[in-house]
Amino acid sequence: MDLQSQIVQYLVTGLTLGSIYAMVGLGFTIIYNATGIINLAQGEFVMFGGLIMVFLTATLRIPMFLAFFITLALVTVIGIIYERVFINPLKQTSLITLIIVTVAVSIFFRGIAMFIWGKNPYSLPPFSSGKPIMFAGAAILPQIFWVLGLSLLTVILMNLFFNRTITGKAMSACAGNRLAASLMGINVSKMILLSFALSATLGAIAGASITPIALMEYDRGPLLALKGFCAAVLGGLGLGTGAVVAGFIIGIIESFSAGFISSGFKDAIALIILILVLFIKPSGIFGSEEVGKVKQF
Amino acid sequence: MAIVDLSFEVEPGRIKSIIGPNGAGKTTLFNLITGVHPVSGGQIVFQGKDITHQKPHYGAGIGISRTFQTIELFGNMNVLENIMVGCHSRFKSGLLASGLRLPRMKKEEAEIYENSMKLLGRVGLSSKAQLPASSLPLGEQKTLEILRALATEPQLLLLDEPAAGLNESETDGMSELIYSIRDQGITILLVEHDMRLIMKVSDEIVVVNYGQKIAEGPPDVVQSDSLVIEAYLGGEIDYA
Amino acid sequence: MGRKNYFKLLSLSIAVAVLPFFIRGDYYLSVLVFMGLNGLIVMGLSLLMGYAGQISLGHAAFYGIGAYCTGVLTTHFGFSIYLSFLAGIILSVLVAIIVGIPALRLKGHYLAVATLGIGEIVFIIFNEWMKYTGGPSGLSNIPGVHLGNFQFNSSFRFYYLVWGINLLALFFSLNLIHSRVGRALRSMHGSETAASAMGVNLSFLKIQVFVLSAVYASVAGSLYAHFVSFISPNNFGLMVSVMFLMMGVIGGIHNIWGALLGASLLTFLPEYLRVFNQYDILVYGAILLAILLFMPEGILEGTPVLIRKLFRQRKT
Repeated sequence: MDLQSQIVQYLVTGLTLGSIYAMVGLGFTIIYNATGIINLAQGEFVMFGGLIMVFLTATLRIPMFLAFFITLALVTVIGIIYERVFINPLKQTSLITLIIVTVAVSIFFRGIAMFIWGKNPYSLPPFSSGKPIMFAGAAILPQIFWVLGLSLLTVILMNLFFNRTITGKAMSACAGNRLAASLMGINVSKMILLSFALSATLGAIAGASITPIALMEYDRGPLLALKGFCAAVLGGLGLGTGAVVAGFIIGIIESFSAGFISSGFKDAIALIILILVLFIKPSGIFGSEEVGKVKQF
Repeated sequence: MAIVDLSFEVEPGRIKSIIGPNGAGKTTLFNLITGVHPVSGGQIVFQGKDITHQKPHYGAGIGISRTFQTIELFGNMNVLENIMVGCHSRFKSGLLASGLRLPRMKKEEAEIYENSMKLLGRVGLSSKAQLPASSLPLGEQKTLEILRALATEPQLLLLDEPAAGLNESETDGMSELIYSIRDQGITILLVEHDMRLIMKVSDEIVVVNYGQKIAEGPPDVVQSDSLVIEAYLGGEIDYA
Repeated sequence: MGRKNYFKLLSLSIAVAVLPFFIRGDYYLSVLVFMGLNGLIVMGLSLLMGYAGQISLGHAAFYGIGAYCTGVLTTHFGFSIYLSFLAGIILSVLVAIIVGIPALRLKGHYLAVATLGIGEIVFIIFNEWMKYTGGPSGLSNIPGVHLGNFQFNSSFRFYYLVWGINLLALFFSLNLIHSRVGRALRSMHGSETAASAMGVNLSFLKIQVFVLSAVYASVAGSLYAHFVSFISPNNFGLMVSVMFLMMGVIGGIHNIWGALLGASLLTFLPEYLRVFNQYDILVYGAILLAILLFMPEGILEGTPVLIRKLFRQRKT
């Protein structure tokens, strides 16, 4: 491959990875905005999305299209149960305990997944058949268009939801000031539940669409959560659009550093960037200085 | 609430009060002086030193201390320990000295203990030293906050509604305490809604509304100021 | 520290001193050694989480830095044990400062993310820097520890070394908690606003405690490397960090003694969880969740509360 096709190839891979990180980052942001919790089980939503999709299509032989939506529904239910059983009863405890709860849930979910699916990675046929498309010397899998399309669609829908609907605006209000929101008659507890449900759905979309390209196994969650979290922090915590853009940036950097530097260190590079940004501009690339200081995180 | 245009001086050894309707920016003013909120314009000078952009923990070291409108005691610690934290800025033992229990640290600890017990004795709280701070009745919690602030040995003490929620006899006790603090030579800046207390203890009063100063002067002058009366909903000041 | 704590510390020291004489076999002695090491790390985490209110999800990184620093320096460069221990501590302190300063100056829990990141970075370096670390297959033939001519060449001797250091750290930590610095730490937990109004420099204090906890972990790591003489990256992965966290939470992170108890229990537990085979992760997750839901203050402080609750229910 010549340099040009290499660059195109890495760019495409980077965008694909990036769209997954963007979705995870967005999921983080939604829960963080509603509750102040860093949900460290965010990656497990993605893992469940992938593995449930595999189970529905390969084991139950449900058609791909239908299976996709059932997957979303199931993972959303997982998110709802998670919030009701582990987060809601602990409302009175400190934020630090709640964050540890999310760590515990993440371990527990991984345990369940290993119990059901074992340790081996699973593959999934692509959503639509077809040969790789050759573009500027690079081979692009059709599934990549699904991943990119779905994530873009999701991001747009989320944006509309938060800016155009009453419920969405109510959720943003919770983010600003929970007490004031509840005084205004917003049902904060319901908003928190909704944030977990939405976050889970986002994770499921990411998981179901990436599995045909990247496979899926029970312990993929933590690293995905970490990258998604980098996206959320780099994007200026609490800013949905920032998280999405940062997610793409991280994906692209990772793909290029894997190609040109070393595939072993590719995961480290995104993290080193995270630490550098925290060091130089703690409020993130897109966040303002004030927000970073004032916001409870 | 924002402070728009507010300028005044406090003379050493006197009690100056800040009054104004709810949301006038009184607590905000305290938060600006103590560095809790960043100052976007203007200047705060203490004993000739510009302290406008200092960190919140800076004040205690140079002699500024405060209490809080909503009680901010350390609920996880006992009464004595709350005051001992107040002594923090006056001593030096760091992490290593503390962990290794160096002689210097032991000497400091004894001194901190003695100072704190003395302060408790001043208001007759010695017998409650080992109780959790959160178990005290409201009046004593308010007093404890003031003692904790005094433990920093301040030259300027900011009191944010010390009498809020207190009954009449407790309020009288509070004014006694405020007098005794002034008699120690400590300057007091007081925010309060209880007009009876304000008119009784203040040497001077600043009236604030919408983040702006609308009047300043001794109690009797301020009392008859028409702008002030208007600010309080156009009615009479209720200081009965 | 109060008389009660001195008494507890003294009792523990005596128990530690005589325990090996009642134990047959190297195997259980080595479990006790691991207990001491884990206890040391979780003690630091307790200061950081229980007292300073910050989460670290990457303490295995400092554990690993201590282990690999001494391992690499002694095997590849012929450093003396003392120097390589010291190097591990210095490196850990530097890393803790670099990660801690920006994360702790911000309000909230940035440290959780930053430490998660540093844990992963360190893990990747252990795996990829083959030339010195041996990569995924690990680093072997790390020499034993000696003090002058005295060799700590048996589990029996190593036990006393590890627990000696553990008890010193416990002494240091208990002193710290019951001092000006410790009160400042606890006050921060009660109210950050009031603490800073009393002159407590919050971010400086948090960084100090974070660095201290990193030193504890690094020392434990160095001791570990010399005890087992073989280390591989998997000893220092994310799951290990989470394990330390679990030990603290299960025992009671707000109390140094609880942290020690948690570390001891969870060091022993895996020996009995063997029956669950590979599903231990599910069991761990369930235990942790159960504790968090029903005994959020941990076993040490939670058990009496729970018993009292049960007792009262039966009465009425």
